[in-house]
Amino acid sequence: MLRLEKRPAPSRGWTMATPVLAVVLTMIAGGLMFAALGKSPVEAIRIIFWDPLFNTQFASYARPQILVKAGPLILIAIGLSLGFRAGVWNIGAEGQYIMGALAGAAFGLALYPSESPLIFPGMVIAGALGGWAWAMIPAILKTRFRTNEILVSLLLVYVAEKLLASAATGLLRNPEGRGFPGSRQLNRLDAMDNPELIANTGMHWGVVTAFIAVIMAYVLLNKHLLGYQIKLAGQAPRAARFAGVNPSRLIVLCLGTSGALAGLAGLFEVTGPAGQISIDFNVGYGFTAIIVAFLGRLHPIGILLAGLLMALTYIGGELAQMMLQIPAPAIQAFQGMLLFFLLAVDVLSNYRIRINTEGVA
Amino acid sequence: MFGIDPITLIVALVTVSTPVLLAAVGELVVEKTGVLNLGVEGMMITGAVMGFVVAVDTGSPTLGFLAGMASGAALALIFGLLTQLLLSNQVATGLALTLFGLGLSALLGVGYPGLTPPAVADPFPDALSDLPVVGPILFGHSLVIYLSVLLVAVVWYVLGHTRAGLIIRAVGENHDAAHALGYKVIRIRLMAILFGGACAGLGGAFLSVVRVQNWVEGMTAGAGWIALALVVFASWKPWRALLGAYLFGGVTALQLRLQAAGVDVPVEILSMSPYVVTIIVLVIMSSDRSRAALNAPAALGKVFHATG
Repeated sequence: MLRLEKRPAPSRGWTMATPVLAVVLTMIAGGLMFAALGKSPVEAIRIIFWDPLFNTQFASYARPQILVKAGPLILIAIGLSLGFRAGVWNIGAEGQYIMGALAGAAFGLALYPSESPLIFPGMVIAGALGGWAWAMIPAILKTRFRTNEILVSLLLVYVAEKLLASAATGLLRNPEGRGFPGSRQLNRLDAMDNPELIANTGMHWGVVTAFIAVIMAYVLLNKHLLGYQIKLAGQAPRAARFAGVNPSRLIVLCLGTSGALAGLAGLFEVTGPAGQISIDFNVGYGFTAIIVAFLGRLHPIGILLAGLLMALTYIGGELAQMMLQIPAPAIQAFQGMLLFFLLAVDVLSNYRIRINTEGVA
Repeated sequence: MFGIDPITLIVALVTVSTPVLLAAVGELVVEKTGVLNLGVEGMMITGAVMGFVVAVDTGSPTLGFLAGMASGAALALIFGLLTQLLLSNQVATGLALTLFGLGLSALLGVGYPGLTPPAVADPFPDALSDLPVVGPILFGHSLVIYLSVLLVAVVWYVLGHTRAGLIIRAVGENHDAAHALGYKVIRIRLMAILFGGACAGLGGAFLSVVRVQNWVEGMTAGAGWIALALVVFASWKPWRALLGAYLFGGVTALQLRLQAAGVDVPVEILSMSPYVVTIIVLVIMSSDRSRAALNAPAALGKVFHATG
């Protein structure tokens, strides 16, 4: 009979190998799912993972899209990973993303039609503050009243979505939009535009910020006392308390940082790729970023790679929808599967599999 | 007030509450065994789509409910295998279940929005349900609603007054001690997880087949998360979960009526009220240190790894 034996420390080799193994297993299971939908599994997997990068017909369009989609995913996932490491579960990034976008856009639109070069930086700050403030609600409720931050942060996503609907049809609606919902086109206004910085790369300020966040998180976790405290609090909460780590401070910091980063991601999205505040500009990056954070092993470099891979599945999914008429939700199920397989094969990094023999205790 | 009929409001309240109540009672049992399954939303929405698809395709709501239960339990089985046998983190696995369930349900439901499910037969004769006032309130519901109240009673009795309930609670309080006494911790937890999945699936199927009578992507809209909040609100006591569910249902039904009546409050404010009320209730419950900690299973969310 098989038996699991806990490793004294997670295996380094398996920690690196399990995400790759999970991706391979997801491809196999996803292939079966596509076969069940009556599509050729090999072709579907090729369209999702290969064609966006190397197909001469699509690559010129698809390659820049990878950075456009990876930017927000990485930015949000970096913030989430800090909390996940410390045992602070912010799963409401989608709501913080919306609130950041709303706060930033409101700041810019309030000053319309000013052309001041300070408007865009001001919107960025307002965006970060909007996300931060929304994340402070679960943080304060957790530290003051011990309310579960998982439930509060998640429930606040639905509240944020209602506020978004209200803003898109009321407060922030384009006064010249003939009554249609949605704000002015922010990416057509020079003062508020988040442009593509290098032509045909998809690189915009949000992607730049995501890369900076990766570097900052790497330095924080490896060189800074706070990073050490975050890791300690997650691995040994009691030891952390004896070492003088203040759990409330850590909760406020982790939730605040992840909220601010999610808010930034939202702001860069509405001023760039999405272009305006509309009822459904948010497409679930805040939730997919949870998968990205785990797939990247909560490690900044890992998250960078995982974000790029997840962006690839988004674009590949769109291609598969176009080429093979695979329904759009299939790719969402595919991404969910990836997290399952990752969690399943994780057992290999934390445990040794031993074969029980008779008489050995 | 605002031309809202209190009788129809009560009837609506019960209908709105039932999906959440079913999911909450299932999760309550799961948490009593020391397992935190955050995948309720995913299991509910999968139950909703499978219940709807089977009810429409076969013309039988009963088969739809059974399909909802089976699909909820099937999803729960994935969670059970991962957390109990492969010892994965319960929070992360539960989230994965929800994300996967939302995608899977949308995929399974392609082509079904807008179809009409078969009507559910009333369990009581018209003579009873036509009685003034008490008729619609007591006898005017679908069978699942009575089942949900019965389920609360059964769970309350089993958990508090039987040997099986004692074992379930022992496993949830201290799995190592329960293991040392010879109880099959993993098997007991797997059964509870399956039960929780079936309850959430039935709740979802009720939502799509009876309450909304349609399939819409993401139609649970956080009901699974509210069910999780209800378990905390209820301090893991079944009757309190019923009270909480009806309170939530009351707020939801009232705000829907107010929207329909065209009250001078923005629609968005009304429609966010159930979520805000849930958060406020959670805060009140958790702020009382003695009450909140009293009944929470001590081993909740902890990984069990037998070494002996």
